Amino acid sequence: MMRYRKGDGERSGLFTRRALLLGGAQAVLLSALAGRLYQLQVIETQRFSTLAEENRINLRLLPPSRGLILDRAGQPLAVNRNNFRAMATSDRGRGVDVLVERLDQIFSLGETEKNRLLRELRRSRNAQPVVVRENLGWEEVARLEFNAPDLPGVFIDLGQTRDYPEGELMSHIIGYTGRVADEDLAGRDDPVLQLATMRFGKKGVERSLEDSIRGRAGAVQVEVNAVGRVVRELDRTEGQPGSNALLTIDLDLQRFVADRVKEHQSGSVVVMDIITGDILAMVSTPGFDPNTFARGITQGEWRELLDSPERPLHNKSIAGVYPPGSTYKMVTALAALESKAIEPWTRLPCAGHLELGNIKFHCWLKGGHGSTNVVEAIAQSCDCFFYEAARKAGIDRIADVGNRLGFGRVSELGLPGESAGIQPSRAWKQEKLGKPWQHGDTFNLGIGQGFMNATPLQLAIMTARIANGGYEVQPNLLLASATPREELVPPKPRDKPTAPSLRFNPQHIALIREGMVQVVAAGTASHLRIDGKGKLVEPQFKFAGKTGTAQVKRITERERDMGITQDQLPWHLRHHALFVCFGPVDNPRYACSVIIEHGKAGGATAGPIGRDVLLEVMKRDPSRKTDGFRKMASR
Amino acid sequence: MSLALDAPAPIGFGEKIWRINWGLVLVLTAIAGIGVVALYSAAGGRFEPWAARHAVRYGAAFGLMLVVAMIHPKVWLSLAWPIYIVSMLLLVAVDVVGKIGMGAQRWLVVGPMQIQPSEIAKVAVILVLARYYHGLRKEEASKFLYTLPPLAVILAPVALVMVQPDLGTAMMVLLGGGALLFVAGVRLWMFLAAGIAAIGCLPIAWSFMHEYQRKRVLTFLDPDRDPLGAGYHITQSKIAIGSGGLFGKGFLKGTQSSLNFLPEKQTDFIFTTFVEEWGMAGAMVLLFLFALVLVWGFSISLRSQHHFGRLVALGVTAMMFLYVFINTAMVMGLLPVVGVPLPLVSNGGTAMVSVMFACGLLIGVNVYRDAQLPLRR
Repeated sequence: MMRYRKGDGERSGLFTRRALLLGGAQAVLLSALAGRLYQLQVIETQRFSTLAEENRINLRLLPPSRGLILDRAGQPLAVNRNNFRAMATSDRGRGVDVLVERLDQIFSLGETEKNRLLRELRRSRNAQPVVVRENLGWEEVARLEFNAPDLPGVFIDLGQTRDYPEGELMSHIIGYTGRVADEDLAGRDDPVLQLATMRFGKKGVERSLEDSIRGRAGAVQVEVNAVGRVVRELDRTEGQPGSNALLTIDLDLQRFVADRVKEHQSGSVVVMDIITGDILAMVSTPGFDPNTFARGITQGEWRELLDSPERPLHNKSIAGVYPPGSTYKMVTALAALESKAIEPWTRLPCAGHLELGNIKFHCWLKGGHGSTNVVEAIAQSCDCFFYEAARKAGIDRIADVGNRLGFGRVSELGLPGESAGIQPSRAWKQEKLGKPWQHGDTFNLGIGQGFMNATPLQLAIMTARIANGGYEVQPNLLLASATPREELVPPKPRDKPTAPSLRFNPQHIALIREGMVQVVAAGTASHLRIDGKGKLVEPQFKFAGKTGTAQVKRITERERDMGITQDQLPWHLRHHALFVCFGPVDNPRYACSVIIEHGKAGGATAGPIGRDVLLEVMKRDPSRKTDGFRKMASR
Repeated sequence: MSLALDAPAPIGFGEKIWRINWGLVLVLTAIAGIGVVALYSAAGGRFEPWAARHAVRYGAAFGLMLVVAMIHPKVWLSLAWPIYIVSMLLLVAVDVVGKIGMGAQRWLVVGPMQIQPSEIAKVAVILVLARYYHGLRKEEASKFLYTLPPLAVILAPVALVMVQPDLGTAMMVLLGGGALLFVAGVRLWMFLAAGIAAIGCLPIAWSFMHEYQRKRVLTFLDPDRDPLGAGYHITQSKIAIGSGGLFGKGFLKGTQSSLNFLPEKQTDFIFTTFVEEWGMAGAMVLLFLFALVLVWGFSISLRSQHHFGRLVALGVTAMMFLYVFINTAMVMGLLPVVGVPLPLVSNGGTAMVSVMFACGLLIGVNVYRDAQLPLRR
């Protein structure tokens, strides 16, 4: 081979050596690549395959549809409505600022909503969608679809939202649902509760029946792409919709009751079946519209409800506590009879007041009732008789009978927020006030004043237990419950109480009932039998009752002397008006308790409502009706 | 013309065609074919938008390569400096008016074309260095002073692409240029000194780096420090490659790429897309094809009778190696993500043109392996 230049041989020798060196180095590095491939694709392939599957496969829960709540006739009280929601996913928080700005242009979200959305989108891992806005109208859906190309990761999702067709009328019984809170998760490991769109019962039946009407979540295994969009469905497990619930409430009666109670500023009525314990109506006024909670309550609406002096969020029927006043006298009488402190024929004197040491205990009738037996004393509501009967029976017997009739304890109704009230006793006073029980305390308790506190529900329970002959009937709101696949039918009507007996002497119970019959026949509520025109009201329906007027403010001697009337006091200082009643007299079935807050006098204010409600329920006789049930079509 | 007696007779056209390394051409076409397959899959089983254009582009670049291979080296010898100067001007232009692409200024729009001047610069540096050392004696080449001009030739484009900033191209020019200096006979102690100086300059380089580049380096050192942010790319790429296993998930069945967990699946991460579906077997075939190209390159280089040819061929070979190594090591988590495409496989026009142009030069060295070249002009 020819050389063209001297020295090129040397040059090419060096070049060749170094080029081979370079080639060797490249070979080594390429082998390293092969080694790396071996490491990733052979040694660690299992681990990476798992990671790839985790990337691709996403388990999504399908929220179950919430069970319906119906009244005893099958009329809807809480149902589900389609809810078009705008949802958004973000690709690891990228571009969310722009996205939220655009969403704001479409929905005018406002600052607080924008901030919430930004926070949730940035936090959202695993591409879990977050809710932009709920309950979209057709126009909003259309606008969103129109702008879809500018809104990556935003989609419309069909969910369900709660609807309460009766609104305020059933607000305290049904309650409402809200976003799942941390305390709701305690003791519940249902994964569906982690979904942002899930709702949880917060108040009323929505809360007490939560675990049965929620249902079980289904699950769908989907293949997702990197931004979390579903590519296809791999596997699906159907969930189970929540059970539908038939309540004991008679919606038409409830409406009737509410119309009457609403004549006054604030009050509560409970109507109960004395055999089964079914709550037929339970009204607390004023109420609130639970639909505002379902669609998302505003700060202003919430404040307004909280700040109202009439406490519309408060279910007075179960959470309001009042001194029962004279409606408690049946307890005192029964305790005195059961303890043999008095006999059915025992007559006690009344001179208008009684003295204990230097304290004067007044009877409501200034001149006194003279001498009365227990039936007459109930009929006339003679305070002196019950001061004396209480003294003779003693605090322990009264507290025992009070407890057996349902005072001082939470019932088995099951609604959240029920108050136990106070049935005072020696132990109670020692524990709460650190003071021993005094004779004066017994006197006050004898007429349902002093420490004594009861809820309207407890007064209804007491009346029911007296009316049914002394059976420990418990209030009940749930008539029947069934999954949508089963048939939802109310139980057969029954006429005999199944609750255990309270073991009172039947004769004593009969005497108390006779006293309550006399209240209406010839006693403090005899005016209820005659209407405004002097005609007897519905003479075929006989009922019994007891009036009560509970002191809110202690009446001073001076006021007593000056003869200041209730009308001269400001509203919040006036007496509470109470009335408890049951009927029909010869075969009792229904009991009712009425409290009109600051209604001045039981007989005059609460009495007519109690009478009208009782007459209405006796006429309707819902407990014996079997044909009024309308079946709701299962969805 | 005493030398003319020693010179071989000029070769005819048929001989030139015969001298084209048709085996190498076949291998290059096979690699581009793999590119079409991978891009077809990256588009979810469609020729649009990448695979079809890739094939067309390869066809055009193929023609360019043959034309370049036919051009006499003396033409390149005389064009080396002009090409280099033009490419430097373009690099300056791109720094000034370049269009923002991928977080860095790399593109220059000329009419309907997008030009990436850094790709031209890679070839220009090879040509200029080859021309320079072609004209030096062995003793001169080993001297320090004679090493300064080539150093400037290398560092000028490195500085310009660092500004863009394009770490990948800077590394390639630096390492490729270094390889040429090495084979040209620069003393080993100078490489040692340069290495030490480079380590000493690391903190300074760090301070000049963009935030995202620093993040990439840190993420490379510890990918788990931000698995959803900067480390996401490396992590997802490793998952894709690893889950491919020995024989892959099957054509069009790569979940990582089809569901978009892979970033840049049609460009820098095309190797991952391919390997997820074809497994280690496919990866080894592809790497073997590239290794064949390198072997061909070395053999052409060693057989060249003139120094210019040797250096050009070796430079092209080194460039090919750096492309392949940096890209694949990067997607396998062995190097930081610096943005180097896989030649003939990744989607992208300029890289394809510059690689095929370089291959044309390589084949040209073989065609004119015994040409006479003037030493100094």
